[in-house]
Amino acid sequence: MAIRRGRGVAAVNYPTGMNLGGDPSQALVHSTPTGNFMVTLSSVDLGQGLKQIMAQICAETIGVPAELVTIDTGDTDTGPHCMGTFASRGTHRIGNAVIQAATEARQVMLEVAAEELEVNASDLETDGTGNIHVKGAPQKAISIFDTALAAHFKRGRSISGRGMFLVPRSYPEVETGAMKPATCYAHACTVVEVDVDDETGEVTVVSVKNVFEIGRALNPRMVEQQLVGGSWMGLSHALYETTEPYYPNREHGGTDFNQYLMPGPGDLAETEIIVLERPAADGPYGAKGPGEMCANPQIPAVANAIFDAVGVRIDHLPITPERILRALRAQAAPAGA
Amino acid sequence: MIRLAKEYFADQRDDDLKQLGQAFHRSDVPGHVTGKTNYFADRSFPGMLHLKMVRSPHHHARIRSIDTSEAEKHPGVARVLTHKDVPHNVYTILILIQIGPEDEQVLAADKVRWKGEAVVAVLADSERAAQEAAAKVKVDYEVLPAVLDMEAALKPGAPIVNEYHGQNYYRYDSGACRKVRFGDVEKGFAEADHILEQTYRSSPIEQAPAETTGCIVVPEGNDRFTCYTNTQALFFSLDNTSIILQMPGHKLRFVGGTVGGGFGGKVDVTTEPIAILASKLTGRPVSFIYSREEEMQVSSPRAAETIVIKDGVMNDGRIVARYVKGYTDAGAYSRHSPYGAQKGAAHYPGPYTIENVWADTYCVYTNRTPSSAMRGFGVTIADFALEVQMDKLARLIGMDPLEFRFINAYRDGDMKAHRQPTEGAALIECMQEASKAANWPVAEKYLRMSSYKGG
Repeated sequence: MAIRRGRGVAAVNYPTGMNLGGDPSQALVHSTPTGNFMVTLSSVDLGQGLKQIMAQICAETIGVPAELVTIDTGDTDTGPHCMGTFASRGTHRIGNAVIQAATEARQVMLEVAAEELEVNASDLETDGTGNIHVKGAPQKAISIFDTALAAHFKRGRSISGRGMFLVPRSYPEVETGAMKPATCYAHACTVVEVDVDDETGEVTVVSVKNVFEIGRALNPRMVEQQLVGGSWMGLSHALYETTEPYYPNREHGGTDFNQYLMPGPGDLAETEIIVLERPAADGPYGAKGPGEMCANPQIPAVANAIFDAVGVRIDHLPITPERILRALRAQAAPAGA
Repeated sequence: MIRLAKEYFADQRDDDLKQLGQAFHRSDVPGHVTGKTNYFADRSFPGMLHLKMVRSPHHHARIRSIDTSEAEKHPGVARVLTHKDVPHNVYTILILIQIGPEDEQVLAADKVRWKGEAVVAVLADSERAAQEAAAKVKVDYEVLPAVLDMEAALKPGAPIVNEYHGQNYYRYDSGACRKVRFGDVEKGFAEADHILEQTYRSSPIEQAPAETTGCIVVPEGNDRFTCYTNTQALFFSLDNTSIILQMPGHKLRFVGGTVGGGFGGKVDVTTEPIAILASKLTGRPVSFIYSREEEMQVSSPRAAETIVIKDGVMNDGRIVARYVKGYTDAGAYSRHSPYGAQKGAAHYPGPYTIENVWADTYCVYTNRTPSSAMRGFGVTIADFALEVQMDKLARLIGMDPLEFRFINAYRDGDMKAHRQPTEGAALIECMQEASKAANWPVAEKYLRMSSYKGG
């Protein structure tokens, strides 16, 4: 009886957005009189940070600091249609809608600035800190604050824009399954190390090294938060979770967080995240959706590591100590016994 | 803990962004961690009623009669609702994207098809009164034989789980399953040095959000209803509610957008229609919030799946044929499962270039808790099956599991089984970096490979 160490690998890809497309999202952008920007949506932030990332996307597009952008979301009386937050679609679909709306608003803003400066709008650029100036002549400038005031009170212009993004729906060909499920895919490769106690069947995950390719890391801190959380969820799926551990007997189903098995802080392995960025042609600044993918490769990597450690295959999730012990006993039993 | 490996794909990026690519702090986090963020349930309205659901104790039963008279007399009870009160009682949520038929009753009328199905809604001044009154509702059931697993469901002569479908599987336009046919798998198997067929299974998994599913509805003075909800999809929920209640969309206002975790568990439309109906019939605000037990045992989990993979592989490491049959246990009703099952068909054979592929994915009805969306559904369990299978194949031919994946990895321009050319591939580079980061050595030729066309 011993603790045995093993290592496993898995590599996966994952489509961004609703399978087969047909999932629209819209955005509206407008400026306040003093040059702050409002993004109006009906999209849902589940805790992943959608509001922050939409503020950064809008700010990048208009050419202002992100703190000048406020996200107003979650009211069907005011927010334009969004299909919802699911299928790794938020950043990709809504982000593209915000870019389109912000691009239109930026154009009006530059036109107003051009009138104020008596130049052509096409000769202007933003400095990213709140000013607009003539390309190559930074001294010929106007602040976005003054531009917005001029638009509202002098020029009678609305610095605003409408945005929408829709991947056209694909219908699978009936006999062959020819179809276009998605426009871009994220990728991952995970290596997991485990210790398996061959007396108790207990698995301790020693380390998880995840490499994710996500198009573009729009906010690396938030990317880390989502990918680490996903990696933990993958371990939880592999080793712990089910609502019906002895189905069809329902008596053992967890009804609260004491009974429903999930890893606690002490069960979470050292987790490493390495991010590669191959921009997607249709991604907002190249971004793809890794929100679901990041919880997937750990599951088979754990299963493969357990086999590497003790030589048994558990092909039924979750891989509980009970299943491992039963498999070890079957393996040890003499043939025909 | 995070490292951006900028050396990969540097030729495809201008790293010149100003507001993006920056590790700004999230503006909403101070509110979350100091308890100042407003969630839907952080509201209370004068005269608010609490809704509790009477649920089926049986997997499958005919309803002979429903007697609510004692419950109605219970102190504090304002109203008791049955199927007769629901204007359009039979619904399915994906009808909005033309995936029918309507196959589920908001409140069970003639039958219950899973243990936990909603039958009667009780509204009272307090949660306690609603709970006590719910216990006084008498439903007379005739228990029917239940179909508790997919194999039993698909056997000839199995009891029909859901009469709205007429058979125990979802009928796609392609027939009993979504099909992918590419190349000639039989020819591939005939040429293969080895054939390996294995079966993989999973059990249902709970989304386990911190905040349970629910909503609070307020009747406004202008004959409109405001629904504060933690749905993952506001207009999707609004439009489905409009159908179920036969109420024009302009009468409805849904407010949300700040949610304590979803993971797919909040894209079914289970609380809003009945709470709005209750608010309309009583003229009072209504709160319907799942208990933790309801969240874990009543709301839809990730489906149980069974996946059979048969591969033909050559001694040099090339996979020459892959045949997959995937089964998704939808439970008693469709919800999002027909979508999840066909997402699986699109995913096979995984991120590998295989010339001969056959995939069939089935959405199967049983008397199990309806499954629905959960993070990655259609793909997560498929990846478990595919990647364990890859490990077994590598060992079968005595090859390193990581090197085996390099040999089969897809690259730009490769034709996928669903007949789209591969674009923007990056699997090879992820594996190269993993090889280095995990100190898992592979032959130099694999480190020189590229996902680019001809690489």
